[in-house]
Amino acid sequence: MTEQVTSADEQEHDRHDPDGRGHFGPYGGRFLPEALIAAMDELTTVYEKARLDPDFVDEFNRLLRDYAGRPSLLTEAPRFAEHAGGARIFLKREDLNHTGSHKINNVLGQALLTKRMGKKRVIAETGAGQHGVATATACALMGLECVVYMGEVDTQRQALNVARMRLLGAEVIPVTTGSRTLKDAINEALRDWVANVDTTHYLLGTAAGGHPFPMMVRNFHKVIGQEARAQILEKAGRLPDAVAACVGGGSNAIGIFHGFIDDADVRLVGFEPGGHGIDSGEHGATLSEGTPGMLHGAKSYLLQDEDGQTIEAYSISAGLDYPGVGPEHAWLKDTGRAEYRSVTDDEAMAAFQLLSRTEGIIPAIESAHALAGALKLGQELGPDGLIVVCLSGRGDKDMDTAASYFGFTS
Amino acid sequence: MTSTVTATIEAAKAEGRAALLGYLPAGYPTVPGSIDLLKGMVDAGCDLLEIGVPYSDPVMDGPTIQKAANAALSAGFRLRDVFTVVEQVSAAGGKAVVMTYWNPVFHYGVDRFSRDLAAAGGLGMITPDLVPDQAEDWLAASEAHGLDRIFLVAPSTTEERMALTTAASSGFLYAAAVMGVTGARDAVGADAAGVVARARAHTSLPIGVGLGVRSGEQAAEVAGFADAVIVGSAFVSSAAAGVAAVRELAAELAEGVRRPLVTS
Repeated sequence: MTEQVTSADEQEHDRHDPDGRGHFGPYGGRFLPEALIAAMDELTTVYEKARLDPDFVDEFNRLLRDYAGRPSLLTEAPRFAEHAGGARIFLKREDLNHTGSHKINNVLGQALLTKRMGKKRVIAETGAGQHGVATATACALMGLECVVYMGEVDTQRQALNVARMRLLGAEVIPVTTGSRTLKDAINEALRDWVANVDTTHYLLGTAAGGHPFPMMVRNFHKVIGQEARAQILEKAGRLPDAVAACVGGGSNAIGIFHGFIDDADVRLVGFEPGGHGIDSGEHGATLSEGTPGMLHGAKSYLLQDEDGQTIEAYSISAGLDYPGVGPEHAWLKDTGRAEYRSVTDDEAMAAFQLLSRTEGIIPAIESAHALAGALKLGQELGPDGLIVVCLSGRGDKDMDTAASYFGFTS
Repeated sequence: MTSTVTATIEAAKAEGRAALLGYLPAGYPTVPGSIDLLKGMVDAGCDLLEIGVPYSDPVMDGPTIQKAANAALSAGFRLRDVFTVVEQVSAAGGKAVVMTYWNPVFHYGVDRFSRDLAAAGGLGMITPDLVPDQAEDWLAASEAHGLDRIFLVAPSTTEERMALTTAASSGFLYAAAVMGVTGARDAVGADAAGVVARARAHTSLPIGVGLGVRSGEQAAEVAGFADAVIVGSAFVSSAAAGVAAVRELAAELAEGVRRPLVTS
């Protein structure tokens, strides 16, 4: 049995923290309306105090253990790995957390902070619905009012998660502006927040946005990497050659990467949604294809046209369908500490089916991007390779998409 | 050298009234169409113009301005068109500042954008998602090209940030009347006068109030405590009905700012 590794240590400051204004190298910061700056300052102050407060850390760890079900398993996937050049592949099973994805880690932390700030209302954005469901869950647990903004396109492709959120007592507001996906859900949540900031916490679901969100969300997800590192040492007797994770906004990736970031020989590889292929122009490969700019409060990489207008992203996965990315990933890319590649819809769906049929584990389509990436990494590493994949969520929510893609409906 | 923007507002003040600042997005409904509308606003009594840059993700804007920005982008608006609009409106006697989200400026190049705006006759920029503590390159470019930096303050702005923001501002200070996005409202926020009073303790710059003003009555009310009255969404709504409607609204508002309501 792996020892519970969540502890006060993880909340302490380290050399990977941004500067006091939230900059990771040239990225991050706060490109937000003045109306929100006081709330961001308050959040920073409350978080900085909480992260060092043993009562807060104990309560957070208790919820992770007794409510979310941590530590999550590290499962070897040998039959799947037969398709990866013989490399050994281990799956970090965030899909087994309560609510079915890694999102619960961050949500529990921020919901506790909401109570500390004395706020009663929580708003959130969601793409695939995983963050919305996690937020609705934490709000039900802690007696907070919950409003979730979700692009209308996503409410249709993730109808089951809409029903789950409503069952949990959340109000789900379909967003009909712009591309009607995650980007526009964040815009609407920001508009709500500007008007209601006195009473409302914006529980941002990814490691993006203005300071302190990228650092804070990362820190709430660091437990993924800390557990995974201890587990792989126990099971394989050594550190992995590579850690693979999918990257939309980048929260599960930054969480697992941080467990290994000081292990210079461990490659950190993020897989972005390649959609219909980079050449098609229909993708969400922000780090691979984007350029620096500001979106939703931070400077990072961004899919934008020559006038700085945001280009709408595309992915079969609603959770990766985002034209921005967290600022720390931009910095890890520029410094070379992490590498970012893209995986197409078809490659992700092939891995989705392969994991289902070889291991009896149905992954989220988001996570299937990391699995497809691991198949490629395995071929490159050869039979001595050792890979940890962040299986960030389960695929139950994706059955409509999968049934349609594979023609299972007839 | 006194800024033209400041001088314009001070001149209105000398007449015992507030200045009227009208907003329209460049390129709405088309580039030439927006030029005609803005010229009409000048003729009908707008002392200053706020020319918006249509942007894909306008998080400080309500539905009216969002729709107009989308319409302009769909009609083919390109960023460089904003300089054409500023140039033509300025040549017709308008005094214009540009209101823009920061990414288009950053992507164009902050110094290059400032240079081209100044060359077109633009007087400054209003930056709804750029606060002074993130604005080092804009502080430098605005000095180099003689542009005003119009930052926003809001009811939530702390005293410390009020000091920081007013110190970094020039031209005038933009006070958001309410906590919220742009859009015409029935009542101007009760917080508005309070924000202005708090800001005055930190600056001798003129203070403009925007967010929610749509009628002559409201303009008169705001003119009772602010130096400039800023009207956006109401102009955008009237723009759909053409130049005559915009002129009519401008005239009503111009009348309103000339009879400031003095509250006890």
